Amino acid sequence: MSDYPTREFRVTRADLVRYAGASGDFNPIHWSDRVAGAVGLPGVIAHGMFTMALTARAVEEWAGGPGRVVEFGCKFTKPVVVPDDDEGVVITVAGRATGENDGLTTIALTVTCGDEKVLGAPKAVVRA
Amino acid sequence: MPIDQSLVGREFPPTSPYEVSAGKLREFADATGATYDAEVAPPTFPITVAFAAMNDFLADVQVDLFRIVHGEQRFAYERPVRVGDVLTATLKVDTLRQIGGNDIIGTSSAVTDADGALVCTTRATLIHRGEES
Repeated sequence: MSDYPTREFRVTRADLVRYAGASGDFNPIHWSDRVAGAVGLPGVIAHGMFTMALTARAVEEWAGGPGRVVEFGCKFTKPVVVPDDDEGVVITVAGRATGENDGLTTIALTVTCGDEKVLGAPKAVVRA
Repeated sequence: MPIDQSLVGREFPPTSPYEVSAGKLREFADATGATYDAEVAPPTFPITVAFAAMNDFLADVQVDLFRIVHGEQRFAYERPVRVGDVLTATLKVDTLRQIGGNDIIGTSSAVTDADGALVCTTRATLIHRGEES
């Protein structure tokens, strides 16, 4: 159920390293199994902000270009565990327009990895 | 050790001014697969300055970054970030709760430009996992 073309993004460990460098978020839970395990995580997890950035990418495509997002938010409800292999995992982003007001469209998002929702109540408001 | 309740309402000093270069925007866009249009930053780009503010805050309260898990993130934009912007982030602690040995820290950061005008407000919930977890 999506008003917009559903987008899929493959995520590997290499993507996490690259995002760490670009964003400045070098938290070792995003690149070290040892540290991730020590704080009780099942393994290296994707930066929540990386999943959010991929989601924003879908939203901007749907909105018709950059610079149109006026609000964007979510909870990080389920960690995206990224295995140390070439396949990685696939994050799927679907969206539904739930309201329009004063030239602004509200988009309710569904962001999943496998069968599980990884973001809680993700929502964006975009300018037409 | 739990974080002290007296932190609530405290505003931390602004981060050092950060000039948004075209090269940095391209790097960030490439890392997230976003379209790079040579002028406007992707929506989550302000996290780079907000993250710097969070690092300063964690150093101040002596919390290790690896014990932090991101619980929630919101952005409200006044305008998109553009190449040439000189941004600073000022972090404030809004709420603090202790649940099951973890600190749940609600923060907001005002990201402003060289004129002091608000570019966006970012809100983050940080979960500080206690030593025993």
